[in-house]
Amino acid sequence: MERILNRFKNMTSKDVKELLINNAIYLVIAIMVIIVIIAEPSFVSIAVFKNILVQSSVRLILALGVGGIIILQGTDLSLGKNVALTAIITGSFLQLYSYGARFYDTLPDFVWKANELGEIVGFHWWFYIVILLLAMAVGAFFSAINGYVVAKFQVAPFLATLGSSVALYGILLLYFNISDAGPQPIGSLDPTFRSFVGNWDFLGLEIPKLVVYAVLVTVIIWFVWNKTTFGKNMYAVGGNPEAAKISGVSVMKTTILVYVLAGLLYGVGGYLETARVGSVNSAFGLNYELDAIAACVVGGISFSGGIGKISGAIAGVLMFTVISYGMIYMGIDAYYQFIIKGVIIIAAVALDTRKYIKKT
Amino acid sequence: MESKYLLEIKNVCKAFSGVKVLKSVQISVEPGSIHALMGENGAGKSTLMKCLFGIYKQDEGQFFLEGKEFNFTDPKEALENGVSMVHQELNQVLQRTVVDNVWLGRYPRKGLFVDEDKMYNDTVELFERIGVNVDPHEKLANLSVSERQMVEIVKAVSYDAKIIVLDEPTSSLTENEVDKLFEIMRTLKKQGIGLIYISHKMEEIFEISDAVTVLRDGNYIGTKKTSELDMDKIINMMVGRDLEHRFPHKAHKVGDAVLEVKNLTTLYEPKVRDVSFELRKGEILGISGLVGSRRTELVEAIFGARTIESGSMFLNGKEIKNKDTVEAIANGFALITEERRETGIYPVGDIVFNSTIANVHNYRNKIGLLDNNKMIEDTEAQIDKMSIKCASMKQLIRSLSGGNQQKVIIGRWLLLNPDILIMDEPTRGIDVGAKFEIYQLMLDLVGQGKSIIMVSSEMPELLGITDRIGVMSNGKLAGIVNTKETTQAELFKLTTKYL
Repeated sequence: MERILNRFKNMTSKDVKELLINNAIYLVIAIMVIIVIIAEPSFVSIAVFKNILVQSSVRLILALGVGGIIILQGTDLSLGKNVALTAIITGSFLQLYSYGARFYDTLPDFVWKANELGEIVGFHWWFYIVILLLAMAVGAFFSAINGYVVAKFQVAPFLATLGSSVALYGILLLYFNISDAGPQPIGSLDPTFRSFVGNWDFLGLEIPKLVVYAVLVTVIIWFVWNKTTFGKNMYAVGGNPEAAKISGVSVMKTTILVYVLAGLLYGVGGYLETARVGSVNSAFGLNYELDAIAACVVGGISFSGGIGKISGAIAGVLMFTVISYGMIYMGIDAYYQFIIKGVIIIAAVALDTRKYIKKT
Repeated sequence: MESKYLLEIKNVCKAFSGVKVLKSVQISVEPGSIHALMGENGAGKSTLMKCLFGIYKQDEGQFFLEGKEFNFTDPKEALENGVSMVHQELNQVLQRTVVDNVWLGRYPRKGLFVDEDKMYNDTVELFERIGVNVDPHEKLANLSVSERQMVEIVKAVSYDAKIIVLDEPTSSLTENEVDKLFEIMRTLKKQGIGLIYISHKMEEIFEISDAVTVLRDGNYIGTKKTSELDMDKIINMMVGRDLEHRFPHKAHKVGDAVLEVKNLTTLYEPKVRDVSFELRKGEILGISGLVGSRRTELVEAIFGARTIESGSMFLNGKEIKNKDTVEAIANGFALITEERRETGIYPVGDIVFNSTIANVHNYRNKIGLLDNNKMIEDTEAQIDKMSIKCASMKQLIRSLSGGNQQKVIIGRWLLLNPDILIMDEPTRGIDVGAKFEIYQLMLDLVGQGKSIIMVSSEMPELLGITDRIGVMSNGKLAGIVNTKETTQAELFKLTTKYL
């Protein structure tokens, strides 16, 4: 604490300028929020606040996944398709019993739960967990392939994941085709499953369950990043792979594990997003990777590697949601929203890179 | 068998593609001693260390640690066996804390999590033992080079180091920091650790070391107790060789000054400070200095590749700025860079491409398209003039030998017809025959009235073909001497003037 205070005391005007430039993106976003509030004072309300948190939840879980990869100087363009695949798998199993065009016409009897009258009311509790684990396993499997290709063959992560993104789209369409009801969007999901993302009555407060999950996942990932050998190795490999190698860290193993962890989170994200949206089609997950990567970058998880905090990912996701939601709230044309978001991403990266440019 | 020595290096030989760079080198380090290893640039110090740490495999010779023979396969294995090196360029994870760096690769665990308390306490204990005063929770990026060095030493000690190699550790330290480092080195010595200290700085060698081993051109010259030596004796050991007749005959005449550089200082680190000199028409001006003395930075600044903070340059009496390389080229400058592979050749381009690329705008025909025939004609002329050995001009440049690649690059710049040709280590990695041809070419060029600035680490070639030699020392110009009247000993003293 004393150190921090001293740092402020000894600041020159040049330092202040540096501090402002280094945090310019936060300032810009703060100003934008203030503009939204001035234009629409009703923006400051519990309902809006809650909505922003709900919309941030899944995004945060995905951002934490790709965030680890970015710390490794990587990126993951296959995130969106990975989430889409896990979502489709989730949806295909968890449809309403009475729905006539179920993806799997004949799920085995023991998964269904009946009431006293013998009517099917949904699935046994363990089946929901099995499907969650399945989604996580599928996510982890395909992400692990990315990790292996990047670590073993030294393929640039941009290209490795661009390629796997295309391939995953093919796999996803193939999966759609095996449906007993023919290829069609998956809807009519099981109501118990959908209630997983409802509100949770806590002492009269309606707390969105999604937010609880996001907090839980964030806490776990915080411990993984900061308190485990794996997490510390991740930072070391991202910061200076050569130094890590010489000190006896397996760069290969660490890289693959970071991608596996990301895949597990994509699985969780896909599962929850299916419950939230309520239906899945082949366009599911479009541009999710861009939202997640952009949030990480805006939150200070740097592409130069080895730098980034959980708090940064949270800040990045929240700011992005606030901006998007604020623009919708103000009634700004969707086309302009894209332009503004794009500019924010570029500005964030330019400001971030500025810190690391070597001057000659 | 118990050995009186901690580390013994016996008769190590190493050759790269037939060129012997180490010839029967030997060093014996006693426990609790500081052993200085000295030699000019290219004497074989780094190659020897790379053999010790398993980065290279020696062709002959053995290493013994406490009487037991060993051959490490990589620096990690060496570290785990108590042999570590603190490099001049520290290899650390700057984004992480001191504690994280010291224990990287072997974090202690308590259950699922890393045992932060144990790491912290162990670090503090090591710091106390060695006398380091750094906040273990500080990020490495926020530490000075000296503090980062101490962290690296602590890391070595934490591996129960028996031998620590320090590679020019004082090159970027202030005087106080050097004192502090020496204090730590003495503490380590008392604890029975053997230190190998690589340095060029005479005063430091006499202050801290117990014994000195000198290498020259890969040869083992000798090991002496420091108390039996003085500065002249060491310099004699380091440079005592005669110049062979491997240079073309010089017959050119030097004219008046063409380029004047006044008080040139660059803005960013590594800085060039207050350099003034003049370059004359038809002259070869050598630039000498140790690795890290910022010779390259100086010529880059003149060529507009580094930001200049203050100072001025005059070309034929008219002030020029050379604010970027485009302007420098327009002013008649050319720079042949030190790292041929990195910044010289376009490896997957053919000889035509590599010859004409700097000059490509001059090959546009009336409608703005490139005139292939003219490019081929010029390339042919260059191949002829420089006797570049190649199968065809369509051959990729990367398949040529180093000497021929260098000739293509020199040819590229000559097509621009520069007045001032700057050559940074033009003969590095080139065999003796090709060197002679490049020297001849340089002499031809100055004979035609061009001027050359040649940066070189090789004393013989500087003494062999330059007219004057400027010596850089720690970013400053330590002096300019007439080649005919100077000696290697004088040059060596100048290189260490501002250290």
